[in-house]
Amino acid sequence: MDDLLRDLYQEVILDHGKHPRNHRHPPGANHQARGYNPLCGDQVTIYLETDAGGRIADVAFEGKGCAISIASASMMTEVLRGKTEAEARRLFEVFHRLCTEDGFDLEQVEIADREALERLQVLSGVRAFPVRVKCATLAWHAMTAALDGEAATTTE
Amino acid sequence: MATAESLRTALVGDNSVRAFDVERVRADFPVLRQSVHGKPLVYLDSGASAQKPTAVLEAMDEVYRSCYANVHRGAYYFSQHLTDRYEGVRAKVARFLNAASDQEIVFTRNVTEAINLVAHSFGDKLAAGDEVIISEMEHHANIVPWQLLRDRRGITLKVVPVAEDGSFRLDAYESMLGPKTRLVALTHVSNVLGTVTPMKEIIRLAHKAGVPVLVDGAQAVVHGKVDVRDLDADFYAFTGHKLYGPTAIGVLYGKAELLKAMPPFLGGGDMIRTVSFAETTYADPPHRFEAGTPPIVEAIGLGAAIDYVNAIGQDAIAAHEAGLLAHATERLSQVKGLTIIGTAKEKAAIISFVLDGIHPHDIGTIVDREGVAIRVGHHCAQPLMERFGVPATARASMGLYNTPGEIDVLAKALEKVKDIFG
Repeated sequence: MDDLLRDLYQEVILDHGKHPRNHRHPPGANHQARGYNPLCGDQVTIYLETDAGGRIADVAFEGKGCAISIASASMMTEVLRGKTEAEARRLFEVFHRLCTEDGFDLEQVEIADREALERLQVLSGVRAFPVRVKCATLAWHAMTAALDGEAATTTE
Repeated sequence: MATAESLRTALVGDNSVRAFDVERVRADFPVLRQSVHGKPLVYLDSGASAQKPTAVLEAMDEVYRSCYANVHRGAYYFSQHLTDRYEGVRAKVARFLNAASDQEIVFTRNVTEAINLVAHSFGDKLAAGDEVIISEMEHHANIVPWQLLRDRRGITLKVVPVAEDGSFRLDAYESMLGPKTRLVALTHVSNVLGTVTPMKEIIRLAHKAGVPVLVDGAQAVVHGKVDVRDLDADFYAFTGHKLYGPTAIGVLYGKAELLKAMPPFLGGGDMIRTVSFAETTYADPPHRFEAGTPPIVEAIGLGAAIDYVNAIGQDAIAAHEAGLLAHATERLSQVKGLTIIGTAKEKAAIISFVLDGIHPHDIGTIVDREGVAIRVGHHCAQPLMERFGVPATARASMGLYNTPGEIDVLAKALEKVKDIFG
């Protein structure tokens, strides 16, 4: 296998793609939004439950899509729990750079939860596949739309 | 010794499979010599858009370099010269489709525009409750214009279902034809399933009910001879870029009496007879439907593409593609976990498939690294994806330049996809 493909389809990603975590509809969700990628038909619905203090108490998703979009959604649900809204948005900001900027160095970024980004770093293989960046960021766009109170978002 | 060029000239109209030498054909397409990610390009996406032979590239280049001007306007030599050539392509297209007259050939940008033209100029006379019949296997281009018409006029859309093997449900269609049916708009070849619809019978049944038929021929003209008079089609649309010609040039064939009765679609220059602020009168068809400066050089390119296809012979191309389809069907069926979507008896060289547990988008990315270009996604046919219960498919669509060896490269690349996903 060539190196770029090996970077893209790492074991962790294949595992999350096949066995997504938090793939459910939590009854207490108070924010939700559907993310849709018209290019390939991938769609995920993100459910968030924020508590009185504005922290994400629960986060889950349902949907269908390629290995990258499902793995990314699954991993996102793992890192967002317990975060404030602002922290979640900041994570996406840095994650987006991780997926798009060549030579992006995590060490040089101000971020509260460096460990979360280190876990997400396995998805940075999409950098070499520009059309797949939308797959990796679909769930995150939907999460932001849910926080903004929008019902749906597309990657277009 | 005979050169490739003289060989082809000698065999014009021969149309035999013997005359078809795929390696000689491939030499006519410069892009096929390209490599992708260090691997020879295997282009299996002609259904989306086909590659162009040197003859088309040179014909267009020659116009820009030697005689470019606007058409239908100038009293000077180049304008007259290019107008003659532009109108000459209209005559060539008429012969290509066996239309009765050049006046039945309207140039459009693509099939989408051709269908929108009919949806407006023919469709706007329809009233609430009138019915238009389409099918489950239509491209969005033959769904959305009718939905827009539904919004404008309150018509009812009837949708013919697709059988499990992807074939057209002629029985269901026949039962839908009724006293309120005003138009039938159906594809001749499904861009996803490859299904060839029984168009002659479809049209016969419609005409029995007094209903005209619009045929989306985007995929059909590419794979074999189309004779609009034999079909008795009322409207027939195709596009240049799938026929080895340039983008932005499409064709709407319409029976003369139908076109004559239709008001203009777009308004502007070139489609008028006289203009005053009190009243404007319109040109006769086909120019009535060609507002503004047309795609002049693209039309010349389309003419060159038709010459190219005719020189090889459409029957020879169809025979070559039938062989490719048979090989691809057999070879891909051997890939464990692969399911072909669309197994109708009458098929063009298009194969949609899914792999167990692996999303088509991942398939597309991995085979691309082997140099293989296939389409993955919903193919602008989302209702059809829903019908078959898949979010998307992978699709290999073949053209006159593909070889059985290229299908084998795809099959090997699919094994690699399976290796990665374990």
